[in-house]
Amino acid sequence: MKTFFAGLTIASLAVAGVATAQDAPFAREIKARQGIMVYRAMQLGVLGGMAKGEVEYNAEAAQKAADNLVTAVSIDASMLWPKGSDNSANPASTALAAMWEDGSGIGDKAKALNDAAAAMQAAAGTGLDGLKTAMGPVGEACGACHKAFRVPTN
Amino acid sequence: MRKLLTFLLLLAVIGLGVFWIVTRPKPLAPDALAGLVPDPVHGEQVFWAGGCAACHADAEAKGDAKLILAGGQRFVSPFGTFIAPNISNDPVAGIGDWSDLDLANAMVRGVSPEGAHYYPVFPYASYARATLQDVVDLRAYLATLPADPTPSAPQEVGFPFNIRLSLGAWKFLYLDDRWVVTGDLSPAEERGRYLAEALGHCGECHTPRDALGGMERGRWLAGGPVPAGKGNFPNITPAKLDWSEADIVEYLTSGFTPDFDSAGGHMALVVENTTHLPAEDRAAIAAYLKKVPPAE
Repeated sequence: MKTFFAGLTIASLAVAGVATAQDAPFAREIKARQGIMVYRAMQLGVLGGMAKGEVEYNAEAAQKAADNLVTAVSIDASMLWPKGSDNSANPASTALAAMWEDGSGIGDKAKALNDAAAAMQAAAGTGLDGLKTAMGPVGEACGACHKAFRVPTN
Repeated sequence: MRKLLTFLLLLAVIGLGVFWIVTRPKPLAPDALAGLVPDPVHGEQVFWAGGCAACHADAEAKGDAKLILAGGQRFVSPFGTFIAPNISNDPVAGIGDWSDLDLANAMVRGVSPEGAHYYPVFPYASYARATLQDVVDLRAYLATLPADPTPSAPQEVGFPFNIRLSLGAWKFLYLDDRWVVTGDLSPAEERGRYLAEALGHCGECHTPRDALGGMERGRWLAGGPVPAGKGNFPNITPAKLDWSEADIVEYLTSGFTPDFDSAGGHMALVVENTTHLPAEDRAAIAAYLKKVPPAE
């Protein structure tokens, strides 16, 4: 009897496992792109901590974080954003389908982020004032995408 | 039989009377603004604190384009889709010909210059707590902004919610200009309460609503699923929002969270307003949020 129930439990877990995999389309893509977002945020955390005065300015650390940021916004992540991998397909994503619509301007917004990150890379190691000035456009570029293409989360 | 008929008729008349009393629009007294001197410079602060541009300007607008209040943003709800009207200074398409009293009736009573009820998507349930001085200051500032001739789009609201008089019953149930957070508050916390509960209308999104769309005062700012939409409005009571006051100020200034995520969705538009406030006002909002009763 015990064995029967154990078998039943294992079987139901297996079914649940399959169901989860089927119910969560694009799970790997979503996980990967969210990981990239977190990585960018961590680099920004180094720069932002200095901008806010919570951490003492350090040219070398600032430069490294800015370099990393540029790397992270430059990698080809296009395969992580297949059409349909939005919040309606899988609630693990906070992306809105509007991102994939014609005329969404996603390309321009991505370019704005690349430009802002490049400006940060040029400024971060030169002094705290330059870092602070470069922070604004980076935040704006992040916000422009999150405003248009993300469900309410924060 | 005749007695019964008379009685029923009387009851019907009383019922209609009560319905009329409950549902009729209730504008301010004609002399409600007597003695108030408009200050357009302070009106600009009211404009940013009230978040007018977040809904009435184009969502993508930047810089001076945020001052073109031509409307057009769409708000999907369980009751239909509301489209922000033109509140630019155009006398025909916008509100250029409105008096101070017209704006006051709209904001604190939810009543149009023609005497009709507005839908509560226009956050008069929060603005009802605003001071009339702030309203006349705002009116003076709005008069300095550009006129735009784009006509307002009709609201896409079906039966029965398109019966405007029924909104009188909604107001009877939910229009309540008392403060939600009460008790011992410092002057900064009181200022924050004014900014958050009145002008900033935080509760309009962050407080869950009941089946008829009224804010649940008992779960003030406790968040919940977006009605008829995707995602969640976050709980910003101390039960969930564990940011320091400095973190909150930073968020309302730059849009960055303590983890250096950034504000998204409509909240990004809110930050585009709060960033224009004096620093002490953002600090006041942060101080207020710490005094909100924690709600899971």
